Amino acid sequence: MNGTLSKQRRGKTILSVVMGVVSFIYVMPVFTVLLNSFKLNTFVKTNTFALPTGEMWAGFSNFAKGMTFGNYPFVKSVLYSVVITILSTALILIGTTMAAWYITRVDSKFCRALYYLCVFSMVVPFQMVMFTLSKTADSLRLNTPFTIPIVYLGFGAGLAIFMFVGFVKSIPLEIEEAAAMDGCGPVRIFFNVVLPMLQPTMISVAILEIMWVWNDYLLPALVLDINEYRTIPIHIQYLKGSYGTVDLGATMALIFMSILPVIVFYLTCQKYIIEGVAAGAVKG
Amino acid sequence: MKKNKQIGGSTIHVATRRWWPLFLGPVVAAFIIGFVWPFFQGIYLSFCSFKTVSNATFVGLQNYIKAFSDVSFRHAFWYTALFAVTSLVIINIAAFAVAYALTKGIRGSNLFRTVFFMPNLIGGIVLGYIWSMIFDGILSRFNTSIMVNAKFGFWGLIILVAWQQIGYMMIIYIAGLQAVPGDILEAADIDGATGWQTLFRVIIPNVMPSITICMFLSLTNGFKLFDQNLALTAGQPFMIQPDGTTVKQTEMLALNIYNTFYTSSVASQGTAQAKAVIFFILVAGLSLLQLSFTRKKEVQQ
Repeated sequence: MNGTLSKQRRGKTILSVVMGVVSFIYVMPVFTVLLNSFKLNTFVKTNTFALPTGEMWAGFSNFAKGMTFGNYPFVKSVLYSVVITILSTALILIGTTMAAWYITRVDSKFCRALYYLCVFSMVVPFQMVMFTLSKTADSLRLNTPFTIPIVYLGFGAGLAIFMFVGFVKSIPLEIEEAAAMDGCGPVRIFFNVVLPMLQPTMISVAILEIMWVWNDYLLPALVLDINEYRTIPIHIQYLKGSYGTVDLGATMALIFMSILPVIVFYLTCQKYIIEGVAAGAVKG
Repeated sequence: MKKNKQIGGSTIHVATRRWWPLFLGPVVAAFIIGFVWPFFQGIYLSFCSFKTVSNATFVGLQNYIKAFSDVSFRHAFWYTALFAVTSLVIINIAAFAVAYALTKGIRGSNLFRTVFFMPNLIGGIVLGYIWSMIFDGILSRFNTSIMVNAKFGFWGLIILVAWQQIGYMMIIYIAGLQAVPGDILEAADIDGATGWQTLFRVIIPNVMPSITICMFLSLTNGFKLFDQNLALTAGQPFMIQPDGTTVKQTEMLALNIYNTFYTSSVASQGTAQAKAVIFFILVAGLSLLQLSFTRKKEVQQ
């Protein structure tokens, strides 16, 4: 008995060590980006995995260079990414919570048709609509960072409405009836009674939308005028096109600067992010 | 049950009905702009020859015939299918193994979980450039590059998506494993089942729903992959066919459609839209298959 217990404990320690080694290998790519962001261009390709010492050391020059690299200020692309992500997420949250509550409670034929259309839109890949969507957005002048959130609301409404309808169905009607008895109209019932209860699902949906919009490349690349407006993914993709040969050191500095906020965001809201992602995965 | 409740509460929601311009208006308008109109226009245009949306002429099935006879499209289809299945197997085995190890109550489980999930938050374009630096750093020692050999491109992309998605699938598997009732495991232990027997006869049958979800998720992710493909190899290396057309050897379906729309020298928007419809049917078909699978599981339980 004692023997098997100590054997089990030893097994767990070995497993722990193995997982530690695997985790270390797992963070290596990000660490390699950081290493190479301090290297002079020519050494990134030849000495990728070496520490940036001696003649390889570039100091912070790559970061300074990265700021204006690719004929476009990096700060501007960060700004546009932030604006588009915040506006789109806010718009999706406000719009789809209202629609989901109306769809569930009014439950007319039109509402049901709309709901099934939303579910259907979740299985349509972006390539199916990319050409026609970008032309439609262009002709309606939705091609600026301040209007593209409407396009995101339209293409992203499906999943959000699906998740909110699922939650609204579980809210007992008695609460809303009590509010109505106290003289609340539908608008006040929604904003003062229903909306606060939706908060946990709102956090999950917000996480999913933030991750989608922040990392999205193709939709903004097709809809926005990319000489004027670039998000971070567009900016990084166009580094290659703007020069014959790319300064790899400066590219790595840019990439590191663009993943640092994501990692900080992840480490601070880890619990919500993992919950949100798990909630979105089980949509089938 | 739910229906009855709805009728009971209808008195207050009769008043709600007239508020549709506020509650439904914005979303319906955006949904029409962002999905409904582009979708149906896309289906219509797949039967047309056009350069811009306004001067389309109906040509029947011609675009579909062109799409199916396009060598690069057929190549992209088989390449994508092979890629999706390979990545499915590797991601799911690795993710399940990691999830299994992390639910054993070992020290540092939370830290490991945090680390494995992290790559999932990095966008596809950025991932592509991170890994192209790493692969070129390794391959340059052998005087080669990821762009010159299609095999490198294939396995490079597999490593990339595995790194990205193992953590995601791991989260779903951990939730499934934690839901396996403890008394079943205890019973197996008392009956003298070995570790492997418990795994294959008790644990895996109990986490089947998670396995179905993860397998379909990784399969559809593989089929829809675009950003990573564009940023890592962009279809390189290219091979000129005897008839003069070019087959991009590591080009997947989504990228093939994109290139047919935007970078092809001949006017081929109609063909591209037909390819997009075929692609949509393929992806939607996979989702329907998943739905029928999960429904069947529910009936059994």
